[in-house]
This record gives sequence, structure tokens and C-alpha cells, in this order.
Amino acid sequence: MSTPAHPFASRPTAGRKFENATFWFFRVATYIILLAGLAVFGDIILKGSSTVFGAFKSTEHFPYVTNTFLSEAPETLYVFEDGGVKREMGDTEYRAYRESRIASALVAGEPAPQFKSESYVYSAGGIWPCIVGTVLLVVGSMAIALTLGVASAIFLSEYARDGAFVRFVRLAILNLAGVPSIVFGLFGFGMFVIFFDWNVSLLAGWFTLAFMVLPVVITASEEALKAVPQGFREGSLALGATKWQTIRSNVLPYALPGILTSSILGIARVAGETAPIMFTAAYVVRDKLPWDVEKVSDFFFQGVMALPYHIYVVSSKIPQNEYTSRVQYGTAFVFLGIVALIALASILLRNNLRGRYKW
Amino acid sequence: METPADTPASRTFKVSSVPSEDDRADTLIEIKDFDFYYGTKQALFDINLKLDDKRVTAFIGPSGCGKSTLLRCLNRMNDLIDGTRITRGGVKVRGVDIYGRDVDSIELRKRVGMVFQKSNPFPKSIYENIVYGLRIQGVKSKARLDEVVEKSLRGAALWDEVKDRLHESGLSLSGGQQQRLCIARTIAVEPEVILMDEPCSALDPIATAKVEELIHELKKQFTIIIVTHSMQQAARCSDKTAFFYMGKLIEYADTRTIFMNPANAQTEAYVSGRFG
Repeated sequence: MSTPAHPFASRPTAGRKFENATFWFFRVATYIILLAGLAVFGDIILKGSSTVFGAFKSTEHFPYVTNTFLSEAPETLYVFEDGGVKREMGDTEYRAYRESRIASALVAGEPAPQFKSESYVYSAGGIWPCIVGTVLLVVGSMAIALTLGVASAIFLSEYARDGAFVRFVRLAILNLAGVPSIVFGLFGFGMFVIFFDWNVSLLAGWFTLAFMVLPVVITASEEALKAVPQGFREGSLALGATKWQTIRSNVLPYALPGILTSSILGIARVAGETAPIMFTAAYVVRDKLPWDVEKVSDFFFQGVMALPYHIYVVSSKIPQNEYTSRVQYGTAFVFLGIVALIALASILLRNNLRGRYKW
Repeated sequence: METPADTPASRTFKVSSVPSEDDRADTLIEIKDFDFYYGTKQALFDINLKLDDKRVTAFIGPSGCGKSTLLRCLNRMNDLIDGTRITRGGVKVRGVDIYGRDVDSIELRKRVGMVFQKSNPFPKSIYENIVYGLRIQGVKSKARLDEVVEKSLRGAALWDEVKDRLHESGLSLSGGQQQRLCIARTIAVEPEVILMDEPCSALDPIATAKVEELIHELKKQFTIIIVTHSMQQAARCSDKTAFFYMGKLIEYADTRTIFMNPANAQTEAYVSGRFG
């Protein structure tokens, strides 16, 4: 070892090696996460996008093009050979095709053709009812969760005096946040489906999902309310405003962006959870669309199809092969897209509010 | 202009108020045998004080002496804090016990306004800041609101500076302007009393001088009670001064007397800068 030229020359000591090793550990850990994210999203986007973008068909009416994957209900896929050609058809198309083939064979006096087909449920058609169902579930449950959550956050942060009761409520909220979603599903099933006799319905799903995200909404709303400077409240009260006038015009507007930020996370969770809805709101398959009801009240008491549950069904109840992967990945892709869209809308709304109520 | 620099060398006081015939003012606020607690900690001990109508009264004393607490008791802002209680005595404004059962603290605060230590304009336009108090009282007439905005801003000596940008955010103003905006907002609801809790502690000397000038103007119409850390400020702008120490009222007299000829040794030590 030569003598260093100056006192600040770097030396390869053990401490230095350790520094380097830690640096690389943190760096590699970050890259692994990035890689995992890319793999998941890349896989779904690569395989799923072809389903969505390959499903465009022209129509006779405006807008002259439709995406059958996004606009049709799921059908059973039939795979069969006819005249030496391998064909894949959805249920409706297959029946019509078979009828016409048998009829034409009859006219020509030939023996009726034999169709030896394999069928895969839900693998043809689209996922329109699931999209509708998911959007309905998200909108309804977030409306309930925000109403209840913001109200109780206002009570806890603005009205309630610190005491045993408030501490108990906070503890309950914290505990609720840690409950697994399947437990919420069972709770919703017992409470709303059985006890309230709502059956498997939108309403039961809304409340179950709302209770699941309530802790998040309450905690975050409380934080957002607490972040509003005390001076706004005091200034308003000192001018003779009542408590509610103060909250409404000088606290809540400035807390809204924060509340929305938290509810964006809530939306992703509500849209994505399968467990809470599988006993309370989701149907494996349903032909009717939700607005196809006789009375308005029926709307709330009908089950719906939903994207996360549909993903669960198509990936666990049917075999995975070249014919079914289309719907499996396509559904996941659309699902990601919809969550992203809803989140984007909330982010835009939040940014708009932030610009309007800046302090 | 007076430099309010608080250096020991400059601890000489120019007392503004010269006692004269019209110094005999009516009592507006009467505090009697007042004991006040934060939880189990007693913050005020047996305060007895009569505050004059249309005069400026200054509360002085070292930090934690209870002067702000007493000020916040006068419009019941302390109600907002958990665990505060009054164990004895009371406060009367115009002979009415403000802690009485039938008193609505909202109505009280319309009559007894407050300006805070940290200027707290709402993040709304200057115009909306001023009309806030009237809007919550249900005043809708545009003409009336416009009139009050101009009158209040003129009253707070801010009109000329902001008349062309009434619809810009109140937060776009400088610190001193913000504090005068808060004063304008307070006088817009036409209270009888304006409580000022160290209104200049965050302001530079020039902005402070402006606010002090304003206080001189305002006392023609309003009763002003000002809490201040700056003894020069108390000397410059108040008619009477109350000195507090450790939650007790030590001495209350004409400002001139407090600064020139205090009766109490503690007061003398404080105003001469020997402690606090």
C-alpha cells in the first residue's frame, strides 16, 4: 500500500465496502420492484390489448364501429371443425351457423353434418355487463362511504371533545382498517343479504364495500380536516359565524382535495376487491343489464356482474388455454383501464379543487 | 417615525395619551373575581378589571402570564379549547354576563370581534374576506356589500392600496396588509369591541407603525383591547395598561402611570426591562 498523496485520499476500508454494499442493495431492491411492476403490467397489456383492440367491428349505425368485447355479454365459445376448417364461434353465432348448415345440407339432400365441438364458457362475446356492474358498485359504494365517512370525520375532528368515547371510536376505526376483505364479505352476507333480506344485490354490495373503505375515508378525511389551519376556523368564528357555517365555508372546501386523494385509493380498492362482493352482489353471469328492470326499486335489489369477480371466474373455473386466455387477459386489461380512468377522473377533480381552494 | 426597536438602550417611552377632561370614559367590560383553568392548571387568578368604552387598553406581561387567555375569554374564544373552565367570577359586557345561560356566543362574537396574532385572511378574494361576516348574517344586496367593503377598507387604511385588486386573493397581500385586511374584516361587521392578540408581532416596523396609526383612528368608534409584547407599543397606543404576571393582574392604571410611575415593584421591574 502506497502512502496517500493527500489526507483526503479515499481508502478501500471495510466501512467503505459496507457503504457500497448497502447502496447496491437498496438500488437492486428498487429495480426488482420496477421489474415486477413492468412484468405484471406488460403481461396484461400485451396479451389483453389484442383482445380489446382486435374486437372492433363495423356497424351500420353511428358510430359505425363497435368493440364487441366491450359492448357484448359473455357467451360460451364453441371450437369445432367444419369442412376441414377449424372455427371458433360464440354461442349465438354457432347455433345460427349450425342451423343454416343443417338446413342447406337438407336442401342439397346430403346427410346432416356432424359438429364435434369443444365448448368453453364465457370465452366468447364481451364483458359489457361486468363493466356496467363494476362502475355501479364503485359509484354507489363511494357515495355511501364518502357521505358517512366525511360526516363522521367532521364530527370527530370538529365537534367531538377528546374523551374515552372518541378514543374508543378511533380504535374501532383503526381495527376496522385491518379486517381482511373476505371478513367484510361474510359480514355483508350475514347482515345485508340474510338479515336485511336484500338478497344478492347492488344495495348489499354497496354497503359491504362502503364499510370496507370507511376506515380509509374517515382517517384520511380527518387528516385533511386537521391540516386546515386553525386560523381559518378562529377567524370565521370571531366574525360571528356558527360552527357549521365555519365548517362549510372555511374548512370543508380546503379539506376537499385531501379527502379526494384518499378516496382515490378507496376507489381502486372498491373496484378491485372480489371477496366482499362474491357473496353480496356479484353474479357469475347475468343476461339482463342493470337498467333492464320493471320497477325502479328492483334496480337496487338485483345482483350484477363485476370485473374482479369475472376475472376470478374466468381464471379459476375454466381451463387456461389458447381459446380462453383471450377473455382472461382481456378482462384484466379492461379492469386496469377502468380503475385508471376512475382514478384519473378523481385526480383531475382534485387538481381542479386544489387550484380553486389554495391556501 | 418612531422606531419600535426593542433594545435596552431605547427603553424610554413616549406616552401618547395625555390625560384630559374627556378621559372619563364609561365602563364597557367588567371582569370580576375571575378564575380560569385549562384542565387542572389554573391560568388566571382572581382578575378584577374594568375596561373603558372607546378607549385602547393594553395588556402587557411576560409570556405565559395569562394576558392572551384573558383576552380570549372576552369573546369566549376559549370555548373552542377542550377542558377550559371558569370556576369563579365572570365577565360582563354592557352589564350582561357573557357566560350566562341565555348568552349565544355567536351573537357575542358579532359584537366583540377579534384580530389574531398570526394574520389569517381566508384564502378568498379581498372582497370576499371583507363581506364574509355579512354574508353569514345573510346580507345579499350587492350595493350594501360594496359599500361595506369600501367603508371597511378605508377604515383599515387599506383602500388606496387594494381598491384596484379587490378580487385578487387576500393571500397576495404583504404581511402588514394582510393584518389590516383582517382588521377591515373585523370592522365590517361593526362590533363594539375589537380584541387584538399581539397584532404586530409578525410585522416589520413600518407595517407595525401603520397598524398603530390605525388603532388611533379606530378608537374613535371602537373599544380596543390589545395584547402586546412590545412595551413601546403599549406606551404608544394605549390609554390604559394592565400588567399581568403569573396569571394575576399586578397593576392596572393609566398607561402614563404604568410606565412613568408604577405603584408596584414588579411592574416597575418589567417596564424598565429588568425581567420578562
